[in-house]
Amino acid sequence: MIDKPFVIDGVTFQSRLIVGTGKYASFEENKKAVIASGAQCVTVAVRRVNILDHASENLLDYIDPKIYKILPNTAGCYTAEEAIRTARLARSAGITNWVKLEVIGNPNTLLPDNSATLEATRVLVKEGFVVFPYVSDDPIMAKKLQDAGAAVVMPLASPIGSGLGIQNPYNIQLIRESVSIPVIVDAGVGTASDAAIAMELGCDGILMNTAIAGAKNPILMASAMNYGVKAGRMAYLAGRMQKKRYAQASSPIDGMIE
Amino acid sequence: MNGVQKKILPQTSITGLLTQLNIIPHQVAVEQNLLVIDKNKFDQVLLEDGDNIEIINFVGGGSGRRLRLYSPVGAVKTKNLRNGNTESCGAVKSKRANDR
Repeated sequence: MIDKPFVIDGVTFQSRLIVGTGKYASFEENKKAVIASGAQCVTVAVRRVNILDHASENLLDYIDPKIYKILPNTAGCYTAEEAIRTARLARSAGITNWVKLEVIGNPNTLLPDNSATLEATRVLVKEGFVVFPYVSDDPIMAKKLQDAGAAVVMPLASPIGSGLGIQNPYNIQLIRESVSIPVIVDAGVGTASDAAIAMELGCDGILMNTAIAGAKNPILMASAMNYGVKAGRMAYLAGRMQKKRYAQASSPIDGMIE
Repeated sequence: MNGVQKKILPQTSITGLLTQLNIIPHQVAVEQNLLVIDKNKFDQVLLEDGDNIEIINFVGGGSGRRLRLYSPVGAVKTKNLRNGNTESCGAVKSKRANDR
């Protein structure tokens, strides 16, 4: 069966996995993990250059924007204003008008401030950004973000970096049914089975960072995630069997030795 | 500049500044008093006394980590930022600067 293409803002991706670039031991390890993951879209953070002692090497020397679609994020922003400012700076770097919009509401849970995210989405869409908002697993908010012009909606599976997997699969399914834009689960995936479950629920893609970078062997885990996403997607397309309370024999009764 | 006081000769352009700092222009974005500078104008935009300059680039990061970003929006009126009108931005200082 041929899957429908994964398209965002006119860009077609072969891989439904988007990966982060944080917490890696080195740029080299990061690059190898991205290759192993099969991802074609990579998210990066926006930070001040250390003007007193800036590194000679740059992340984008390793993750080539000519090969990968770069998705700058507003990680670390706690207000709509900060996120808008960061997005504008990111765009002016001249690589892309895409932005993964994060407005964090609490430093301990890193859960999103949904109302501020919606507000910032409206402003950024108006300014021509392609907005990827990170949001709670709330179908109502997902619909509002779609109405505000978001290109995709990115509900969390569980808190950022928690590795707890999908905590509310019913809401994720409701989100999938509530919007027509792509649904990309962002944050909380811990291992390949979590990725597969997200895809089995009908999500269009997954974004993850810590699950790969925080694994004992990040490159091997990146490869596992590549397969997990593919397996989950195929299972979704295949359509799983119904769950039943009682056993149902899979061998014929006819011809039994009596 | 990025939270550090620095003395620069008057009439230095953004390109001149980046050269002095050994920063490759194509890898960064620059903000002057909260106004994003168009890359094509790095040669033309000149620094003035008291300017607040932010130079950013892309670094590794997935989601959510709370890091010191740059000088907070502070005294800039929210209304201005939301309207995309950053011409009348004032001093960048607020009590929130100490909170972060």
